[in-house]
Amino acid sequence: MSATCLEIRNLSAVLANGQRVLRSVSLAVEPGEVRALVGESGAGKTMIGKAVLGVLPLSVRIVEGDMLLEGENLGRLSPKARRTLIGTRTALIPQDPLTALNPSRRIGPQMTDRLVRILGWNGERADQRIRQLLEEVQIRDPDRVLKSYPHELSGGMRQRVLIAAAFAAEPRLIVADEPTTALDVTVQKQILRLIAQLQREHGTAILFVTHDLGVVAKISQKVSVLYAGKVVEEAETAALFAAPQHPYTRALMAATPRYTDPLASLKPVDEAVLAGLAAEIAAADRAWRPRHG
Amino acid sequence: MLLQRFLIRLLTMAITLFGVAVVVFVVIRVAPGDPIAMMLPPGATDADIARLRALYGLDKTIVQQFFIWLSGVVRGDFGTSISLRQDVLGLVFNRLPATLELAIVALLMAVAIGGTAAILGARERGTAVEAGIDIASGTALSIPDFLWGLVLILLFGVLVPVFDISGRVSPQLDLPFVTQFYLFESVLRLRFDLTWDLLKHMLMPAVALALPLAAIIAQLLKQSLKEVLDLDYVVLARVKGFSETQVILREALKNAALPTLTLVGVQFTFLIGGTVIVERLFSYEGLGNMAIDAVINRDLPLIQGIVLVFALLFVLINLTVDMMYALLNPRLRHG
Ligand SMILES: Nc1ncnc2c1ncn2[C@@H]1O[C@H](COP(=O)(O)OP(=O)(O)OP(=O)(O)O)[C@@H](O)[C@H]1O
Ligand SMILES: [Mg+2]
Repeated sequence: MSATCLEIRNLSAVLANGQRVLRSVSLAVEPGEVRALVGESGAGKTMIGKAVLGVLPLSVRIVEGDMLLEGENLGRLSPKARRTLIGTRTALIPQDPLTALNPSRRIGPQMTDRLVRILGWNGERADQRIRQLLEEVQIRDPDRVLKSYPHELSGGMRQRVLIAAAFAAEPRLIVADEPTTALDVTVQKQILRLIAQLQREHGTAILFVTHDLGVVAKISQKVSVLYAGKVVEEAETAALFAAPQHPYTRALMAATPRYTDPLASLKPVDEAVLAGLAAEIAAADRAWRPRHG
Repeated sequence: MLLQRFLIRLLTMAITLFGVAVVVFVVIRVAPGDPIAMMLPPGATDADIARLRALYGLDKTIVQQFFIWLSGVVRGDFGTSISLRQDVLGLVFNRLPATLELAIVALLMAVAIGGTAAILGARERGTAVEAGIDIASGTALSIPDFLWGLVLILLFGVLVPVFDISGRVSPQLDLPFVTQFYLFESVLRLRFDLTWDLLKHMLMPAVALALPLAAIIAQLLKQSLKEVLDLDYVVLARVKGFSETQVILREALKNAALPTLTLVGVQFTFLIGGTVIVERLFSYEGLGNMAIDAVINRDLPLIQGIVLVFALLFVLINLTVDMMYALLNPRLRHG
């Protein structure tokens, strides 16, 4: 049994005004496993992903907790060592493929630059690797795509390119931040299937951020439910759907029509549940003192 | 399509130059001051004055004068300087290289200083380094180029005299040059002793011209960089493992440079305008310095020639900026 791929222990983060955005978050991703991170908009899903990848906005500060990537404590590394470790062991599949590619650089160099400049591969090997991955994401004319500028490709094509680039360096962990929300509904399914397929074939662990329980059910083995920067429930995905424990999880499921009556209109999460959670969190915040920082 | 755009461009350039020529021609003729009166010794008779006026064609109406001048210009004849009694075109081309060298060195300095400050400020955003850069660029910007010239003369010409503050080159030197592009030619001839002497003379006027532009570049480019540095593709590059400096140079700079580039084009024409007074301050033998003499002497043909050459420079600069803009922006290139 190898080391846990990603372990987050007690992670808390605050904004410049002292407001907490992450509240003692703990979660683990085992090698080759897909862990979904689900919650409503503003719950802090993206923040957790950015914290792991070391790209939090300047206005957000980590005040407590540890993050371990394959047993290496990221907080104990020098900035340069951390950057290199993250660059070699992780990758990001971003939310919006329209803004995640540099408009003034061709696709080819954008896909190979990490392989060549961070991992030190020679150009030919990187090129072969990228072409292999483009085939895996079912891009049929790699020559054209590699020579294109981003604006010459459709959203779905760009997301395929970004997925191929993410898997190219054989990362141990991929953070996928709502990788389908910005796409057309028809393309969403294809992209999701593609990520699931590549994940299986490459055995890559994924921290999969989504607000869609349907996606959680399709892709993940484990799931953490997040509310206001706090993990309110975590479980094996099958177990969670079979028997949700926390009232918020139940409310979230009730609000998602597919799991109850597919014809029912989308209901907001139950007010009483939210009020209870808010009170719980307010009490926790009053009691909370960061242990260090 | 491309050819059509180019031809339209050429046409607008020609119209612009024609407009400039008309305006200058009229303004310097209705402005007070008589070139002939300034040439003649006191006590000259009315007959003398009339004879000279006729000699320079000043007895005709402004419209007639303009078309006589224009038909000359079309044939490459810009007339004869009244005060220097030489061919205007020859005079202008003799001085233009000195001004071009000064302006280009100043521009390069401004880009180097301003660009470095912008990149450093963006990399160290939110820190004391950025605050320092803001203060420095604010100061540089609030003082115009000719005042910087005076400050530099006081500092390095009078208090700590390390640089030459007068002329283009040390007068005792033997110059082997065949063109007027002294700096350029000295490098080509590998006469670096002369290059050094020329640079020492050029440094202070160039710094005076460069400082305000450097400050503008520092402020605008830093702002654009900071905006780009929050974009998704920059975040992705950081995740790939690139350092902040690499991220700025490889991902952000090109996309952030477009607004700055446009502004630098406009500001470069102001910088060239600034050479007029700065050359005067440092007794630098360029076109600007000659322009002031021409105005003082009401030397109409010479003023017209100089202004037209400046105007031509300005439209060429604008053309270059547009072309560079298209080159940097793939959407325009393929659109
Ligand atoms: N750059 C930022 N500076 C300060 N606060 C931010 C910033 N970005 C997000 N926040 C705040 O942090 C909290 C968590 O945001 P986050 O983006 O992680 O939510 P999310 O769960 O990813 O939501 P979504 O589903 O909308 O993407 C929110 O309250 C948000 O307002
Ligand atoms: Mg998000």
